[in-house]
Amino acid sequence: MYPFQFESAASEQDAIALLGANPDARFLAGGTTLVDLMKHDVERPARVVDINQLSLTTVEEIDGGGLRIGAMVRNSDLANHPLVRERYPVLSQALLAGASPQLRNMATTGGNLLQRARCQYFRDVANACNKREPGSGCSALHGINRIHAVLGTSEQCIATHPSDMAVALAALDAIVRVRGAGGERTIPLVDFHLMPHDRPDRETRLEHGELIVSVDVPPLPFAKRSLYIKVRDRASYAFTLASAAVALDVRDGVIRAARIALGGVATKPWRVPDAESALENTSADGAAFGRAAELALSGAVAREHNAFKIELAKRTLIRALTRAAAIA
Amino acid sequence: MTEPGHIGAPLTRLDGRLKVTGQAKFTAEVPIDHLAYAVMIQSTIGAGRITRIDAREAEAADGVLAIITADNAMPLPEKGRAAFSPPAGRMLSLLQDYDVHYNGQPIGVAVADSFEQARYAASLVRYEYEAAPIDVDMEASLAKSYPYTRKILGRDPASTCRGDVSAALRQAAARLDVVYRTPVETHNPIEPHATIAMWEGDRLTVYDSTQFVYGVRRVLAKTLGISEEAVRVVSRFTGGAFGSKGAAWSHVPLAAMAAKHVGRPVKLVLTRRQMFGPVGARPHTVQHFEIAGGRDGQLTAMRHVTTSSTSKIEEWLEPSTLATRMLYRCDNQETSQHLVRLNTGTPTFNRAPGEASGTFALESAMDELAARLDIDPFELRLRNYAEEDPEEHKPWSSKSLRECYRVAAERFGWAKRPPNPRSMRDGDWLIGWGMATATYPMKRMPASAIARMTPDGLVEIRAATHEIGTGTITIMQQIAADALDLPIERVRFTHGDTDLPQNPISAGSMTATSTGSAVLVAARELREKLRQLGFDNPATARVTEAVEVRSESKPGKEREQYSMHAFGALFVEVAVDAELGMVRVRRAAGAYSGGRILNPKTARSQIIGGIVYGIGAALLEDTHIDRRSGRYVNAELDEYHLPVNADVPEIDVSFVEEDDPHVNPLGVKGLGEIGMTGVAGAIANAVYHATGVRVRDLPITLDKLL
Repeated sequence: MYPFQFESAASEQDAIALLGANPDARFLAGGTTLVDLMKHDVERPARVVDINQLSLTTVEEIDGGGLRIGAMVRNSDLANHPLVRERYPVLSQALLAGASPQLRNMATTGGNLLQRARCQYFRDVANACNKREPGSGCSALHGINRIHAVLGTSEQCIATHPSDMAVALAALDAIVRVRGAGGERTIPLVDFHLMPHDRPDRETRLEHGELIVSVDVPPLPFAKRSLYIKVRDRASYAFTLASAAVALDVRDGVIRAARIALGGVATKPWRVPDAESALENTSADGAAFGRAAELALSGAVAREHNAFKIELAKRTLIRALTRAAAIA
Repeated sequence: MTEPGHIGAPLTRLDGRLKVTGQAKFTAEVPIDHLAYAVMIQSTIGAGRITRIDAREAEAADGVLAIITADNAMPLPEKGRAAFSPPAGRMLSLLQDYDVHYNGQPIGVAVADSFEQARYAASLVRYEYEAAPIDVDMEASLAKSYPYTRKILGRDPASTCRGDVSAALRQAAARLDVVYRTPVETHNPIEPHATIAMWEGDRLTVYDSTQFVYGVRRVLAKTLGISEEAVRVVSRFTGGAFGSKGAAWSHVPLAAMAAKHVGRPVKLVLTRRQMFGPVGARPHTVQHFEIAGGRDGQLTAMRHVTTSSTSKIEEWLEPSTLATRMLYRCDNQETSQHLVRLNTGTPTFNRAPGEASGTFALESAMDELAARLDIDPFELRLRNYAEEDPEEHKPWSSKSLRECYRVAAERFGWAKRPPNPRSMRDGDWLIGWGMATATYPMKRMPASAIARMTPDGLVEIRAATHEIGTGTITIMQQIAADALDLPIERVRFTHGDTDLPQNPISAGSMTATSTGSAVLVAARELREKLRQLGFDNPATARVTEAVEVRSESKPGKEREQYSMHAFGALFVEVAVDAELGMVRVRRAAGAYSGGRILNPKTARSQIIGGIVYGIGAALLEDTHIDRRSGRYVNAELDEYHLPVNADVPEIDVSFVEEDDPHVNPLGVKGLGEIGMTGVAGAIANAVYHATGVRVRDLPITLDKLL
């Protein structure tokens, strides 16, 4: 671990100023990603700004049925919040499918959006990694890439975005509210994360010195019948190999609207609008789900060890749609 | 108060409370004044030579006491190889030359006032290399395999041959010719390896997380060129080991060298990532298996050729053929072992080395043959039950496998198994049942113990064995209390220190058999000595000064007369998601015979632990090594998957007690490893029964079932 300066922020303004004053500063929220990566010398912040004193810890109702989730709301608290469970079961399920109870008790909403890749080549500084050292190369491309992405990749990076929560939020059209020295702005969650292209070190639209203050989830009545299915190598406490967050508005056996996002297979939370529109005004049956799954994975690129993820993601999505239709 | 009659009672571990309340001190927690902290530095190439080391920036960092590399390390006798003596004395990396043989090899030590400073300094040392080509791909290297010809662990022949296998294969009604593969499995005990070394003049005291204090002492003395009497090794509690702490690996002498270098006590604790490579693992195995049988279900031929990987610096053998030689009656059989040298860390003992990987192949092959012969796989095992050791043609000292089969099959409900695959379903899940035989040899080595009664009426038993989490302290006190007819509260067991009488490595399931026998003999001799002093009843004896006996117990000629093994049977139910391929073990029922059961509670825990370990091997564990760099890729617990609680079902364990007068004075066979054997085979067989898909390469991950 590299030496660093530790600061504790008393207010949002304080946090923004402390971070903005040092280009190599990082916020410390739950610490479940940052501390790990600091131990491995992957993250070498000159300054760590602790934001655990900030009061961004509430879940509030907004706009007739939506929720405003404070950036410091812990994953456990969010997953178990009665309004989340009632209105957005997909979000509650995605959160509970992630990590372990101990980690969820620490991990925060804002921090979860900013968690970094689990690519083993990224996490071990002995390897070349464009995300860690731009221009050094991607060790995963021709390495052991069983857990890597098949969607949204580039020749510079194939790291999977590891969040489950963000996949559900992508399906729900969530909005990220951020505050910087110049004031506040909003970023739709589906645009918040960047695909790697030729700059995999740039992971989000967040500017240095900006603080996530909340995540707003707009009302979506049919999200009451949403769900999240996650497939992983063991029964619990493992990162996603393929997951699907879906919500279906089905009336009289006909799909009126659909929301679909995939996890574990893409370089960012992967919303699939084509698959959604293909489902609209079709009957909720296996044939329609199969077509949607093909569309969702069209353009997928397999590497040496992860070709199975393409088929797995399709089947996972079909399973999720079938179940969602059954409860709709 | 617990009264005599302790053996056979399900006593709770006497050290349990200390552990769950944090009072048990593990090596890294031993308080030492004026301690310095060492961090091991590892190579970042897979083979070649270090051409330049620049430690200037590291040496200038805050708190740094020394950067020790091949440039400045103390020269050791025989270039650090004086203790090399397989299997326990390993070829270590002790900074005596600039050669690199695998990625992650120790190439330096940073020592500082704090752990954080040492770790930072370690990251600042610059190495330049001249890299050489590497071999790390097992499949690609198979062409370079060569036969192993030395004795296996000094006892068993490297290859065996009985009857005429080729002729029997030609004439068989049904035969199978397949290859089974197991990956590199890295132990990952919860406690990382840790060593504290302190010198007082020429005397060295070492606290070490180990399975073998006397072994560590020998390695340190020989490596450093000092007498064994000048070295004391202490290990009160070891937080799991599974074989990875059976040998003194490089970090142990490195800690002692660092302590000498800086003139202060030094603590060196490995990180989780550093436990992948430098401290051993189960090697790859590629097991070519031919098996044949008649319509009557009689085995007519078996040929089992195992190729396992070893490092470039040392030959380590995973003897996967051993169980094949003795488990079933089969008149025509050949087995042999081969090695492939790879640029990896040297492999080592990993729970049931040989038997765990070998029974995966053997028990899968039996299941495959049963399917071809259209015979129930359980019935096939009964028809080939070995009434004597089929290789050595010796009687068993005892064998209750038939009863184990019966008990476990009944508790599981095997009789209701539909014969065809894909016959049972529960919603999205395909259900399958599988079974396997478990076996592990009774091993025993010379052991010694002191039994000592003091005027307060308490008895202390002293033996340099180890508490590696198995319940050793508890059973040793049970043994001594019964032999002396004392309540267990009046017996104390002192262990884990080379100042105590010598005992073997706590491995090979031989602590109960070896140390247990020595403790029994010592307690009996103390009782006899008390009788000579006029105390017929030790409970009422009041000695005026301490009465002490020192006893030794060792194997005799029984091995020449008998074949001695523990046996068991395991039945499992798995569920496999029909579309998504996920495998879950739903329940398991096993019955085991291991001679006398000293403590059903700790015995059951050992079996459960072994089965859980086996679930990991069957479904999850796989050490990924990058074939370009030789780097250990998933060297963390996020992607090196071990079972979590949700992966472990209800496990039903029964014991079939045996009265075996031949194995050792205590009549025990050891249970530390048998639970691990057969598990991967039983699960693979159940997966086949669920899906109709035969997976022959572990782990059975979902991508193999899509």
